[in-house]
Amino acid sequence: MDAPESAPGARVDVTPEAAVLLRRLTGTHGPLMFHQSGGCCDGSSPMCYERGEFRTGDSDVLLGELEIEGVPDPVPFWISASQYAYWSHTHLTVDVVPGRGSGFSVEAPEGVRFLIRSRLLET
Amino acid sequence: MSRYAAPGSEGAVMAYQARYDHWIGGAYVAPEKGGYFENPTPVNGAPFTEIARGTAADVERAIDAAHAAAGPWGRTAPAERAQVLNRIADRMEEHLEALAVAESWENGKPVRETLAADIPLAVDHFRYFAGALRAQEGSLSQLDEDTVAYHFHEPLGVVAQIIPWNFPILMAAWKLAPALAAGNAVVLKPAEQTPASIHYWMSLVSDLLPPGVVNIVNGFGAEAGKPLAASPRVAKIAFTGETTTGRLIMQYASENLKPVTLELGGKSPNIFFEDVSDDGDDFYDKALEGFTLFALNQGEVCTCPSRALIQRSHYRSFLDACVARTETIVQGHPLDTATMVGAQASNDQLEKILSYLDIGRQEGARVLTGGERADLGGELAGGYYVRPTILEGGNRMRVFQEEIFGPVVAVTGFTDFDDAMELANDTLYGLGAGVWTRNGTLAYRAGRAIQAGRVWTNCYHAYPAHAAFGGYKQSGIGRENHRMMLEHYQQTKNLLVSYAPKKVGLF
Repeated sequence: MDAPESAPGARVDVTPEAAVLLRRLTGTHGPLMFHQSGGCCDGSSPMCYERGEFRTGDSDVLLGELEIEGVPDPVPFWISASQYAYWSHTHLTVDVVPGRGSGFSVEAPEGVRFLIRSRLLET
Repeated sequence: MSRYAAPGSEGAVMAYQARYDHWIGGAYVAPEKGGYFENPTPVNGAPFTEIARGTAADVERAIDAAHAAAGPWGRTAPAERAQVLNRIADRMEEHLEALAVAESWENGKPVRETLAADIPLAVDHFRYFAGALRAQEGSLSQLDEDTVAYHFHEPLGVVAQIIPWNFPILMAAWKLAPALAAGNAVVLKPAEQTPASIHYWMSLVSDLLPPGVVNIVNGFGAEAGKPLAASPRVAKIAFTGETTTGRLIMQYASENLKPVTLELGGKSPNIFFEDVSDDGDDFYDKALEGFTLFALNQGEVCTCPSRALIQRSHYRSFLDACVARTETIVQGHPLDTATMVGAQASNDQLEKILSYLDIGRQEGARVLTGGERADLGGELAGGYYVRPTILEGGNRMRVFQEEIFGPVVAVTGFTDFDDAMELANDTLYGLGAGVWTRNGTLAYRAGRAIQAGRVWTNCYHAYPAHAAFGGYKQSGIGRENHRMMLEHYQQTKNLLVSYAPKKVGLF
């Protein structure tokens, strides 16, 4: 992956390859959102849905809004507050790899899968 | 050592078809939109069959077929349904090797495991629920001399089941056997990573099932899973997977006021108290194996013992022995009977595991063995292999808090009982746990203190029918593997009957 451009203080970013895919998916599905999964099987995968498909609530944290060139609105990235408590010391980057991911994430039929890469946040 | 021939090659014990459509109403039905997707084997990354890419229209047809079958099936005598399940079990047993090879090729897991565990357990699961159904009784309560409440078990009707990719046939059996025993018709969606082996299973048993009782719709979650989970025409949704999809399925179910059972994984602690090392006997040897079971099924188990907690007083010597044991693991071609660890189920799974090895190192975890992709070369060069890996660190690291779903264990030490319980329960999940000690009282106290649905005590990774399996905390809702599962797939009909000849006297 190429290094993403990171705004100071940002907690979540996107690689150029993932941005290309998000542009294409937005063209197909309209505005999108992410919710970070946990648990088994495809857990730890960022799940990408049509905006509003997945209902977030007070148990979730909006980790950031991804600015994607060519996509009108930023793509919100959510994570459950309980999971965030264990992840808060790391910065997340949404990348994409070839794969056959499960779940209801919209990119899976394209033969690719969003993937989280992580690094430690500077304290 | 011997190696099974790849499915479809010369000398093979089974062959896959070149294409699988949806199995609906007892026949193969092409997808309405005409799409198919390739299904690669993780063994070498090469596609071996293509699979119907289902959409909402296909799901609707499957639900139609299930509704047509559900009534008659639900009214069959329990003895008859039990007989069908027993015949399915017998048929599977007759074709055990073929099913084992099919599953290994599909998922990448070693055939040694499918021969010894996946398929025999699936066979027994059908037999167990055949027996449980025969033994199930309703109840009656005498409320007074002339008033009786009768409680009948009635099937739900048509249920939806979404199957994970880590044990494609066994997880389908876990869900199908109780649902069918209870008298329901099923629409089942296999995972898109492992969509084929269930069709091979169906090719062996389809003549035993009335048309429409089991329907298989393939496809991607977004295209086929969603219309199934969101359908107002299914009475229940059963899902095994991860938390975000679990929430989404609950959300869809809530719109239709339908129940769900969810199994969403864990980060299971495996706890080794100091007295394990009191002797170098068989029990010590068994405990070392218990540690090493983190690599079973390439770590792709919801209850993978992926956090090992070792008491400080024997920490170094025990851990050294665990590393040595782990390094004896034979990794190789999944169809070799000597292979203990095979391939990860998909490329994205491989990439995810590698991303965790990366953040684990960044957080300061020490790699005691493994820690990298395994290039097995030759015909396996395109496959998805990871070296069994032991990381040493602290419980707040992300590799201690997330199910990596790879052959990776994170190890840390504890001082005493209270410290062990605090570490064990410092997780969002509560599916499985292991406790190893020679002290029965300590084992009991630990087992009761750990917030998990199953605590293996001086054993691990056993999955017999008749032992309830399911999660505490964020690991899910409901239980599998036990006769109580019958009631998860039934509703209670109460007939409240008065035998009194006289009126109540109100009007």
